Amino acid sequence: MAETVLTNPGQSPARLEGWRGIAADWASDQRAFKNVSWGKAMMWIFLLSDTFIFSCFLLSYMTARMSTTVPWPNPSEVFALNIGGNHIPLILIAIMTFVLISSSGTMAMAVNFGYRRDRVRTAILMLVTAAFGATFVGMQAFEWTKLIMEGVRPWGNPWGAPQFGASFFMITGFHGTHVTIGVIFLIAIARKVFRGDFDVERRGFFTSRKGYYEIVEITGLYWHFVDLVWVFIFAFFYLW
Amino acid sequence: MTNAAVHMEGQLHAPAHGAVATGAVHAKEQQHPIKLYLVVWGWLFVLSTCSYLVDYFGLHGYLRWSLILLFMMLKAGLIVAVFMHMAWERLALAYAILLPPVAVLVFVAIMVLESEYTHLLRVLFFATPS
Repeated sequence: MAETVLTNPGQSPARLEGWRGIAADWASDQRAFKNVSWGKAMMWIFLLSDTFIFSCFLLSYMTARMSTTVPWPNPSEVFALNIGGNHIPLILIAIMTFVLISSSGTMAMAVNFGYRRDRVRTAILMLVTAAFGATFVGMQAFEWTKLIMEGVRPWGNPWGAPQFGASFFMITGFHGTHVTIGVIFLIAIARKVFRGDFDVERRGFFTSRKGYYEIVEITGLYWHFVDLVWVFIFAFFYLW
Repeated sequence: MTNAAVHMEGQLHAPAHGAVATGAVHAKEQQHPIKLYLVVWGWLFVLSTCSYLVDYFGLHGYLRWSLILLFMMLKAGLIVAVFMHMAWERLALAYAILLPPVAVLVFVAIMVLESEYTHLLRVLFFATPS
């Protein structure tokens, strides 16, 4: 970041209002994202590209579901569980949703404590977030096992349109992969935070650059994005 | 939210204020009161419960779909705006990230037309009379 030549080094100019300000930021020979480090800007751009990937998955699911003449399996029934003798629709997915939202909450607070340079609390909150994430993946593994035992395959299932299995495994599988990678990412950064790398500005193993507490926020961006994607999957795949 | 307003003011008028400590690029830290996150967290729980109840009570038709979309957009908005701090970012970044996904809606429209056409053909030529 320090290598970037700034037209106006040291401080970003005051922001003009609305579109005029956007045009001014993007215009002429300068950095477009004035007060955002490259790490954060690149994470946002990666998340934008990931948005398109998940959009394509959800779109292909929509196309399959709209164009089939066979009735679509009712997700409310497919994902129901018997708990204590009661048949509760969609309960597993509801619990998974709450687990993921809780993890987003702890992550947001980790970012906050990170900027207060509260090393221990930041690391603990990040590890709690990772634990919630691992719980989520575990529940997803349970859900997959249950469905596979009931005979759901990418090419067919006992209840209706055969495309159900393909859409389900593709969408939730890709999301689960994201959660898993997020858990690894969280643990790696939490370790650095706990060790105090960002207080002593220790140089990174691969990059040989100093780390800053901003990496907690960048990790947080990824994690919140995973939660965000689940909001859409929950609405379109499970509730629709 | 008053604190948020104060924060934005700070970004506007005092660019050198926090820059001394860590260098200019890393000066723009997102610092908001914990309470803001807890309130948003609470709202996300409430909205998730609401969208679950839509299914639990078995609402159907346009009521169901509009409620699902409403709760979904509210949750997504809260996460992006507050948890991901987009509400406090410079507009040049916010628009660069938030505008391109709008193109997805065009894709949705195209695929709705396409799948209705496919469905029509399947009904006309492949559906087994039963």
